[in-house]
Amino acid sequence: MDYTERELMVVCAARQIHDGENVFVGMRLPLIAFALAKRTHAPHCIGLFETGILRDAPSPELLYTMGDAPNIAGALWTTGTLNVMRPMAAGDIHLGFIGGAEVDRYGNLNTSLIGDWQHPKVRLPGSGGGADIASLSQRLAIIMQHEPHRLREKVDYVTSPGYGYPDERGPAGEAWRKRVGLPRGGPAALITTLAVFTFDRSTGEALLSSYHPGTTIEQVQEQTGWQLRLAEDCAETVPPSKEELRVIRECDPQGVWTR
Amino acid sequence: MSKLVSMSEAIARYVPDGSSVAMSLALEPLIPFAAGHEIIRQHKRDLTLIGPISDILFDQLIGAGCAQKIVAAWVGNVSEGLAHCYRRAIEQGIPRPLVTEEHSNFSIGLALLAASLGAPYIPTRTLLGSDLPRQNPTLRVEPSLVDGTPLLLVPAIAPDVAIIHVQRSDEEGNAHCWGNFGISQEAMLAARDVILVAEEIVSREVIVSDPNRVLGPCFKVRAVVHEPWGAHPSTVQGYANRDHAYYHDYHVRTRKQEGFQSWLEEWVLNVPDRAAYLQKLGEERLRSLAVKEHRYAAPVDYGY
Repeated sequence: MDYTERELMVVCAARQIHDGENVFVGMRLPLIAFALAKRTHAPHCIGLFETGILRDAPSPELLYTMGDAPNIAGALWTTGTLNVMRPMAAGDIHLGFIGGAEVDRYGNLNTSLIGDWQHPKVRLPGSGGGADIASLSQRLAIIMQHEPHRLREKVDYVTSPGYGYPDERGPAGEAWRKRVGLPRGGPAALITTLAVFTFDRSTGEALLSSYHPGTTIEQVQEQTGWQLRLAEDCAETVPPSKEELRVIRECDPQGVWTR
Repeated sequence: MSKLVSMSEAIARYVPDGSSVAMSLALEPLIPFAAGHEIIRQHKRDLTLIGPISDILFDQLIGAGCAQKIVAAWVGNVSEGLAHCYRRAIEQGIPRPLVTEEHSNFSIGLALLAASLGAPYIPTRTLLGSDLPRQNPTLRVEPSLVDGTPLLLVPAIAPDVAIIHVQRSDEEGNAHCWGNFGISQEAMLAARDVILVAEEIVSREVIVSDPNRVLGPCFKVRAVVHEPWGAHPSTVQGYANRDHAYYHDYHVRTRKQEGFQSWLEEWVLNVPDRAAYLQKLGEERLRSLAVKEHRYAAPVDYGY
């Protein structure tokens, strides 16, 4: 079957959404993933956007930003940012999506800077709402380009907390999040151009859950900056169905985000 | 009392050198680009720019040398990627070095909310475990007085001035705004002065016909500027769609400092005001961005 790596990533992202969930939707691929989930297996999910928008129907047109006019017309609620952050802070958001420039084996994400804090080699845009979604949603799904310099043992800067690091007070994982005071959450999935990872919440470590058709575990290892640990049921990623591809191409007919 | 003034007068009077300016508060829509360009033309210096994400507005002000400090959650080009002027300023000190105070969208909103409440700070659990509190010394982690668990204390931020683009306002600064607000309302209440920029100036009767649509209290507003298309290339619901191509063109042309300079001369420095800017954009482009299909809300009954 013919599909692009981004179309496969959208499908993997959509599979993270369960029916009836409140989803904090990010930019680009998650916008399409929300639309795909909504039109296939999760018709009752609700999407929240950090600009201050709540929708139960995907935008009828492709979005370049979440604040585009078609995302506001037909919304269930247009309001302020704090009004959509509030339910997330209180625990009402099941799943949030974010992307980043770098991620490490504990799911900590960097969108702030590469290199030295005072004299960075590359200044990236920053958190936006990403760090809030990573801190406060019940589950986090991370979407990334898979390259060895992006999937690193340790990121240069933790913008959005994943499962932290082991330290003198205990292990990474859920225990670390509790230690630093985060109320819940943590990464549930890391979806890349090559693979899907899940996480062992007791150690915080990423586990290779599936590798995309056309790749192997060895190839994924070559492109990953840490020693892979495999999930028990690690297998090839289930490819997109015809129906999933049809919906994606309806949402993004020009392939702006998915080709 | 009418507060209606020209853009150049509003900026000259309420945005002095060294002031802290909150703008681009609704995230991607309603970005006051016309005000930003006037700030550049008046060669304002040493500004502190406060906002959640600014799309390319902060990048332009940084590239033009107007800013000395950025208090923001995100500086980039939303549909295109990284912000080239911001990168040059941080990585190479071009055109001048910048100080940053890193926030998230939630924490910057809470900082403005705190100021609007007259509170010194607001406690939250966001950003705990992130490096933001280690890099931004104004954010402090302290144990909760209730149960001893860690809390992030976000200190109040009270901007000298907030510049807010709205759909319509009367001459006294009672403004109707719709669509998503981002943190506009918090900023309006936190700022000392507010400049409202409106697509349309309407009568008081239009405003009071729907008081629930009003963004905030007119007593915060010092100046009202009538500037149709003043948020181009950003979205103004019911008035203007986002000009995606403009963001793309900016992204491509500003990769190098010389490219930014030529962009700046073409679109800001050699353009005396917004009317000339619109003429340069051309009628055809404006028509392509205008509303294609109106969708009016059902009227509500304030009768008694």
